[in-house]
Amino acid sequence: MENLAAPATKRLSIDDAIEHLKSSHPHAVKSDDREGYEGVIVDSDRLVEIARVIRDKLGFDYLSSATAVDYLGEGDHMEMVYHAYRSSGGGALVFKAQTDREAAQIPSLVSVWRGADFQEREAWDLYGIRFPGHPNLTRILMWEGFEGHPMRKDWREAYYEEEQKPFDSRWPGGHVHRAEEKNVFGKNVSYPPDIDLNRLMDTSDTAVYQSLGLGVDIERVMDKDGFETNELVVNMGPHHPSTHGVFRMVLTVDGETVTSLEPVMGYLHRNHEKIGERNTYLHNIPFTDRLDYISSMGNNHGYVLAVEQLMSLGRRYNPPTYRCEALRVMMVELSRIVNHLWAIGFWLNDIGAFFTPVLYFIQERERILDFFEAVAGSRMMCNYMRFGGLFGDLPERIKSVSNLTNDRVRDYNTMQFLTEMINERIPRTIDELELLLTQNEIVIERSMGVGVLGAEDAINFSAAGPLLRGSGVAYDIRRADPYSIYGELDFDVAVEQEGDMYARYRVRVTELRESVRILKQILPRLEATAGESIWADGKPGAYQPRVPHGESYGRVENGKGELGYYIVSAGGRGGSANPWRYHVRAPSFINLTPLGHMSKGHKVADIVGILGSIDIVLGETDR
Amino acid sequence: MDLNLQELNATEFPVPVELEDNIAITSLSQLYNWGRRNSMWPMLFGLACCAIEMIATASSRFDFSRFGFEVMRATPRQADLMIVSGTVTKKMVVPIVRLYNQMPEPKYVLAMGACASGGGPFKEGYNVVSGMDKYLPVDVYVPGCPPTPQALLYGMIALQRKIDGQSIANGDDVPWYGEGPAEPTPVPVLGPDIIDPRQMDMIRRQAEAAASEAGLLGQRELPAFTQLVAATAVATTAETTEAGPVDEDALSVVLPTGGTPWAEAEDIREKRRLRALARKALRATRRAAQTEGE
Repeated sequence: MENLAAPATKRLSIDDAIEHLKSSHPHAVKSDDREGYEGVIVDSDRLVEIARVIRDKLGFDYLSSATAVDYLGEGDHMEMVYHAYRSSGGGALVFKAQTDREAAQIPSLVSVWRGADFQEREAWDLYGIRFPGHPNLTRILMWEGFEGHPMRKDWREAYYEEEQKPFDSRWPGGHVHRAEEKNVFGKNVSYPPDIDLNRLMDTSDTAVYQSLGLGVDIERVMDKDGFETNELVVNMGPHHPSTHGVFRMVLTVDGETVTSLEPVMGYLHRNHEKIGERNTYLHNIPFTDRLDYISSMGNNHGYVLAVEQLMSLGRRYNPPTYRCEALRVMMVELSRIVNHLWAIGFWLNDIGAFFTPVLYFIQERERILDFFEAVAGSRMMCNYMRFGGLFGDLPERIKSVSNLTNDRVRDYNTMQFLTEMINERIPRTIDELELLLTQNEIVIERSMGVGVLGAEDAINFSAAGPLLRGSGVAYDIRRADPYSIYGELDFDVAVEQEGDMYARYRVRVTELRESVRILKQILPRLEATAGESIWADGKPGAYQPRVPHGESYGRVENGKGELGYYIVSAGGRGGSANPWRYHVRAPSFINLTPLGHMSKGHKVADIVGILGSIDIVLGETDR
Repeated sequence: MDLNLQELNATEFPVPVELEDNIAITSLSQLYNWGRRNSMWPMLFGLACCAIEMIATASSRFDFSRFGFEVMRATPRQADLMIVSGTVTKKMVVPIVRLYNQMPEPKYVLAMGACASGGGPFKEGYNVVSGMDKYLPVDVYVPGCPPTPQALLYGMIALQRKIDGQSIANGDDVPWYGEGPAEPTPVPVLGPDIIDPRQMDMIRRQAEAAASEAGLLGQRELPAFTQLVAATAVATTAETTEAGPVDEDALSVVLPTGGTPWAEAEDIREKRRLRALARKALRATRRAAQTEGE
């Protein structure tokens, strides 16, 4: 309906949309002509106005990613890169705004896309770019009071050794030392020379409370009947059993009702991006495993897609073979099943079914992990995908010599194992799950109408994955912007209209079934390609690829939502071995933006469930 | 857990064969440790990826309850064992030390995985603590990234073996059997970088040196040589803190406090040792007086 009434500009192709922008804003918009770059560079003074045009007139209503890049020595400026998509599907309109490195400042886009909120705070925290117009521009991953903006290219960590790996000390010489021995404090710290030890106070918490507009004291309020009640601040986390890791929520409650919620994160900020920019491209694959550690295969997939996109700009690049793609899709769908089982199980934990359902789901997960272990060598951190290929093909048999006493010795034919798992075991588990939960009165009572997020809000908040689809937006990257072999596979996009906790649960259950459906189509494809190589030439490609100059954004539909990798390669002769910028668009992080909005007016016990229904994993939230 | 009295029986006194299942003669320490090792409750508290494997270890396939790690408690007040399951960041180490301080004694720390043991793959990260042992005493290290559930179980059983070897009588090697409450671990402060209060003096000296020498200004990397100097300085101060003759009323021994935080920690340890010695001496004299009186 909306499409019929929409102006024709909403249906323009990306190139035409860029032309339209350039002709309507001749001085403010120019093409990004750098080699291997795409999109437009927007005059930062008119950024908000142009962003509105992009959203309203051109129809790119979904801001997927907003991130900063420091071009020190390559023009000496800071840049914000925005990737906007249409929620009806299609490719990205990339637009960028540049600013000086000193006193970096770019207008905030929160008034256009509320999904930019956390991402801009992250850019301020890590890059020191100010965003005038941002409602709450405070540090988000590091603590208030931390010295410096660590992702800047000239900022060095305490254990700094060299700009890029492999470090001279380790390779080819192989001299290994302990970083502690080189640091005077014996640990990973360094202090500015002007540190004032007399006025030392931990202000990181005060900043959180102040951002809520609160003192730490109890405030007196009158309720509607004239009774005096107390509004209090309740702190949940970072070691609260319901927060799915080290996440923290600061709530203000009036009685049992939540009046405001401020998510506090960064307790697992382990500097993926800074380390990733020192690493070589290959080094980063095992690091991506540790982002969303429930579904490491999916993380691998997004990263190799992004790098392959860049490599395809160069000359020496062979795309992966069909068998390789089929194997990738199978692994990713299996991890999606693990992820959704885990998510549903822990969500049930949160709404009161303490640990009983999850034990059943973990059983099934163990089965899938056995398969991963046999194929990739590790249960959780599979480190399985490579650029243009995979670590290895499926083994003939799945066996294990070391077993627990109560575990049957594993020795199965791999295809037989897979067939049984996909055709019998997993569907059986899903049936059982549905039988016990979908019509369960307690589940329905607890979850229907709780934590509602409307369709328009969901798009505006850049929500992704089941959170977005549970709000009635049928946006699944596997369909909206197909990658790998998803285009030829037959499956439906799960979508529910209500936007509450129950709808998200339903979306996950449907996706479990759709994943099984995809897997059933993969099995004959594997059989048909048996014996084929997973590498294009029949032999592994470049072990340490050299990547040509340019940028790329590879995104996949991971269990938790849209997982994107924004990669910039500085190029150089023969290409560069290390990424200049390595950014992870983490669905768990951005999906938390609407948490405060969804929680308002609910009871404290529901907050836990709402958080569980978003399904976050802290390794990815904090990176 | 089956009660196997034969396992407990550990003396040269013979127990009649027909009573072996009913009577055991053992030492108090052994009985106490036997009870403790089989009811270690871990704290329900996960940090990162390793937490997922910890949950897998707790669930039905591996099930650490079989070994006496009965149930995970969400509050530190009911927990005996802290499994540091994942990367410890500077921001997170503050609550972790607080949690540790809130655990009742006896308490143990198990560093699960590469990150908790020494920083792991994220060691060089600006927000990463390179190993839990930089702030808390760690009893068992379990390698792996993440360790498999089997490896974690092995580590937990290693901890049980460690408990078996501890003695109530020896306040020296198990501090919490000493008198009075133990000193809490100082909680780190989030300043410009994380600050360990035990290193306050050292930070001050470094800052002073940086202020006086223009060359040091702005340099983040400090040469190994400086550390060597610092270490020798500590060694010399530590020597001077060797206690004088033990007082008659040694329970209130006051030691000269050294200038460095390391020496301070040494002091605390030394104080504890002296207290334990004094108690031992007091008991001996009392026993001697008793026998004399008889």
